Amino acid sequence: MKAAPFAYTRAADVEEACALLAADESARVIAGGQTLVPMMAMRLARPTHLIDINRIAALSYVREQAGGVAIGATTRQCAVERDTLVKKRLPLLACTMPFIGHAATRARGTIGGSLAHADPAAELLLIAVTLDAVMTYRASGSDGEIAAHDFFTGLMTTSLPAGACLTAVRFPVWHGESRLGVGFHEVNARRSDFAFVAAAAQVALDESGKAKRIAIGVGAATEVPLRLATAEQQLTGGTLEEAKVAEALRDALAGHEMLSDLHASAEYRRRAAVTLAARAVADAKAQALGSKAHAH
Amino acid sequence: MSGERINRFVGTDRRVREDRRFVAGKGNFVADIDLPGMRHVALVACPHAAARIRGIDKRAALKMPGVHYVLDGAELAQATVPLLAGLDTPNVLRRALAHEIARYSGEWVAAVVADTRALAEDAAEAVEVDYEPLPFVTDSEEALKKDAPLVHPAHGSNVLLDKTFVWGDVEKDFVACPHKLKLRVKWARSSTVPIETFGVVSTWDPWREILDVWASIQLPRYPEQIAAALKLPHTAVCVHFDVDVGGSYGVKRGIKHTVVSGYLARRLGFPVRLIEDRLENMRAGDAHGPERLFDVEVAFDDNGVVRSMKLQALENVGAYAGRSPFQLGKPIGSIVGPYKIGSVEYRALCVVSNKAVQEAVRGFGQGPTNLALERAMDEIANTLGLDRLEVRRRNLIRANEFPYRIPSGTEYDSGDYETVIAKVLADTDYEGLKNERDKLRAEGKLAGIGIAACLEPSGGNATFEALLNPKITTSTFVDSCRVHIDGTGAITATMHTTSSGQGHETLVGTVVGEVLQVDPERVRVTRPDSLNSLPSGTPVGSRMAIMLGGAAFHAAQKLKDKLTAIGAHDLGIARERAVYDRGSVYDRDAPQNKRDWADLVTIAHRNYHRMPPGMEPGLATSHIYQVPTGGTLPTPDGRVQMYPCFSFEFHLLLLTLDPELGTPRILRYRVGHDCGTQINPKIVRGMTMGGIAHGIGAALYEEFAYNEEGQMVAQSFMDYLLPSSHEVPDIKIIDHETPSPHTVLGQKGTGESGYLGAPAAIANAVNDALKPLGISLNTLPLKASKLADMIAEARAKSKR
Amino acid sequence: MRIKLTVNGETHALDLEERTTLLDCLRDHLKLKGAHAGCEHGVCGACTVLFDGAAVRSCLMFAPQAEGSAITTIEGVTPGPGELSPIQDAFCETHGMQCGYCTPAMILVAHALLADNPAPTRAEIVDAISGNICRCTGYAQIIEAIALAAERMRGANRPAERS
Repeated sequence: MKAAPFAYTRAADVEEACALLAADESARVIAGGQTLVPMMAMRLARPTHLIDINRIAALSYVREQAGGVAIGATTRQCAVERDTLVKKRLPLLACTMPFIGHAATRARGTIGGSLAHADPAAELLLIAVTLDAVMTYRASGSDGEIAAHDFFTGLMTTSLPAGACLTAVRFPVWHGESRLGVGFHEVNARRSDFAFVAAAAQVALDESGKAKRIAIGVGAATEVPLRLATAEQQLTGGTLEEAKVAEALRDALAGHEMLSDLHASAEYRRRAAVTLAARAVADAKAQALGSKAHAH
Repeated sequence: MSGERINRFVGTDRRVREDRRFVAGKGNFVADIDLPGMRHVALVACPHAAARIRGIDKRAALKMPGVHYVLDGAELAQATVPLLAGLDTPNVLRRALAHEIARYSGEWVAAVVADTRALAEDAAEAVEVDYEPLPFVTDSEEALKKDAPLVHPAHGSNVLLDKTFVWGDVEKDFVACPHKLKLRVKWARSSTVPIETFGVVSTWDPWREILDVWASIQLPRYPEQIAAALKLPHTAVCVHFDVDVGGSYGVKRGIKHTVVSGYLARRLGFPVRLIEDRLENMRAGDAHGPERLFDVEVAFDDNGVVRSMKLQALENVGAYAGRSPFQLGKPIGSIVGPYKIGSVEYRALCVVSNKAVQEAVRGFGQGPTNLALERAMDEIANTLGLDRLEVRRRNLIRANEFPYRIPSGTEYDSGDYETVIAKVLADTDYEGLKNERDKLRAEGKLAGIGIAACLEPSGGNATFEALLNPKITTSTFVDSCRVHIDGTGAITATMHTTSSGQGHETLVGTVVGEVLQVDPERVRVTRPDSLNSLPSGTPVGSRMAIMLGGAAFHAAQKLKDKLTAIGAHDLGIARERAVYDRGSVYDRDAPQNKRDWADLVTIAHRNYHRMPPGMEPGLATSHIYQVPTGGTLPTPDGRVQMYPCFSFEFHLLLLTLDPELGTPRILRYRVGHDCGTQINPKIVRGMTMGGIAHGIGAALYEEFAYNEEGQMVAQSFMDYLLPSSHEVPDIKIIDHETPSPHTVLGQKGTGESGYLGAPAAIANAVNDALKPLGISLNTLPLKASKLADMIAEARAKSKR
Repeated sequence: MRIKLTVNGETHALDLEERTTLLDCLRDHLKLKGAHAGCEHGVCGACTVLFDGAAVRSCLMFAPQAEGSAITTIEGVTPGPGELSPIQDAFCETHGMQCGYCTPAMILVAHALLADNPAPTRAEIVDAISGNICRCTGYAQIIEAIALAAERMRGANRPAERS
């Protein structure tokens, strides 16, 4: 399983990377390589030119920006896993990180790499959609921003323009919430496999314990992650009581066609989506109230 | 022979000497071998489930950088003889590269040789093959149908074997029983999938006329089969047994890889290396495991005592067959498991289909058979409303009933199943476990207890060959050992096969040390190549502790006798007065008169004038050891003594299932294990733990699934799911030792332990967990998503 | 392509195809055979090496990408010819292997774990090795090896404190 031949360049900066991408439509950027290299080993991906962006320091950071937290595209997943700012400001991202692959893949895999690859089972896609993240990119000469719900357009497909390089992802922070809770659940055959279904929830409660704001996402069940906006609307203002949550989730998922494959049927994904999203919401509610509901 | 000895070294907690090189990364795996001028092979695979090969255009490939040769099936068929088959099926020909017809998706049709593996892969992509797709069949029962596409038209059908045995008056026993139960049990295609793929390096020396072969191999008669296929004299093949094999568990049988590599080495005049990559291995390495469909019918009384059993086993061996159909025969030697079932009808059915080829897998068919038996036992209990452990107890052979002859002719050597079970229950209270399960159920969870009581036939007598192919008259399956004490007094012992992690060097050192009463660390163990070896059946059939242990024991014993005789003669005393003690020989009546090790060595090697008259000088002995209880062929009605020894395992586990997600969690796992005398407890424990992990994989996660287009869908490790440390619970093994009367130290085999019982125990636990919902499930693997779908369906039904 | 790699403290100048993985580079160009190819697609972990101290899959990196980092292989953690480190010795003590193919990788993962966490719980050990597949042992004796190594290393060179 040896990759097809390619030329290799280590880009000094993003501009050089973009110029090289623009010059060859079969060129590809390589960051952590944890998803690209296996595809190249199986000759499913055959870039003629690999542009290594791992050493571009300007692309690796975690910082506050524009009311949210911006993470550079080549920031290692293990760095995000350990980051104190992420733990404080993006608790949903923080609690999801240990579920991404294995420690050995998080040591190399990057935040941007996972997002740009857009595998529907990737946990980061789900978190990006659930939190309304914004992707920023550079293409020769121009910068751009794409909101998460416009970014993932199909199976392993993004709306990144041709020749563009993802530079960062900015997650909005829910400021000023004293009763904030998060929840994440996924189901897979083995721990750390690609998930069959994943669900994420973030909840802010008011003083009376009612849901002030709620975000719910389901991933790996469909070609792109789902944001369950109708369920969110239905549940805002309520106490997130179990039966109501389950009903709202079922309604929200009803119109969507689920993926079916060797590992799980579409019906399984539909039912599991409801179960996992309900557990995620319950965890988020419990955390917001000061205790934990479901162990993983 | 066994039992009363007090062992100095056998059974003690010794380190496994092989481990030293492995922890430093200094094993000698086949991919570690670099020969000057060595070139690399990549394979061209057929994409269709079945196809006629109309033509192969090599021109573009041959022009590419670093490419030396493109070998196709036509050239190879001209120059070689088809590969060895086990059954008498002369019209089912198997070749290393597909010849005229490719019979499964992934089958190798050409081999490219280049300076590097990467360049060979580049060129393999450029080989153009003109295929005419043909009709194909993948399902076992479809393959049986009259109008099914024929995988081997010259054979006339897809059936390689259809043989029925009747032992005892089955019909009478069925009529006499008030209860009958029918069950269909399916063991889906999985395999033991070692982390190292198969690889071989060959090089031909035209001056000495020797083909040197290094391979990651576990195959009886490997050098013979290479020679036969390549039309070489047997002594022109030299297989190097000092290659460390990175796991095999039966499947590393790469004879087709070796024929390709060996042929190319001779043709091209330089060393040729063929190492499968993982994709080649999964799809076409010909290392798939059983895919067996059982129809079981049992006849039993009101107490759950089983009088008779009818068992049909339908095996799908894939597109070709080597020894794999024999996996229907081996279970005959323990067909009733640990139970006193009085009569049995057994139909062994084997079909070919357009799938990758099956190979011998750990247990050689025993694991699937145990699954069928143990599911039946559970369902008998459920039918009668009796406890599942109690029903087993009523059927188990009692300790005082050994040796016990089963209907198919084999005699079980020894066992004490009740004590093993009692020990497990002393550790984990069965009633308490049931209460725990019931409490979980009361909390709304799905919880089940899994039980399995299974045998591990060990010792590896291959008389199943003669049962299924009357043309075979082999009644033995030997192993051998040479022990030599050289002129300096240093001890060397030899073994004559490769190993794949079983610690055989440690085994031989321990046994020789035990007999000669010297520290095993003083025994150097070597592996001569095949030209310098005595016969060995290789590590199959859970045989090496018994057979290599036996050979080493007897060779060392001969040496000990010789040393004693030399000492007696030099002391001037009668042989009966001479006592051997830790390398010295002394006069029983005057212990101060003795000859030490150095004296004895000097006499044997240099002081011929002091030797007993007529005795051969030096201190070298060897022993070729016959299988205990072996040496007979089947009777006309198919009865024969098969394996000599029977180890026993009792699994008890508590499992929960997430009712929505179907995901399993094993909360408690206990195994009672009795393999007779344990020569090295660390090795034995490791074997059982590893076997259970294999069993967890087969039960819950692993499947080589094929789709409607005859394409294998689990092509890589992303879809074929091997248990990680998260999937294997904390297991406790509780040991018991019922020695075998047939072996030199009372040892039985343990190479298949855990794997033989775990799938049955887990399947029983899952069924117990789903029983409150009225679900019964007898198909492996028990995937979470499938379980969840069934649970959802059952709940929806009960609502209506 | 010409690259310079620092492996086990030594820097090597190499000339190889860009597509050569770090694994193949270590094995074929530097003749360090301890890292093994199990799947070549990043699942089995048999190719694990330490990359700036972190356990990574060397089959998922092309050799040119490894320039400028410190790579450690099993050969680099072996104290000397015929000498075993405490972790290696612990693996021998518990027989934390059978065929040995996944073993160098497991030992390097143990190194990385114990450097970060000298007193791991069983659950933490299980998690740390969960990215490395073993088909022989069922993991029990590997977990015991790492726990034993941790215990011995905690107790080493500290005569005043008896743990």
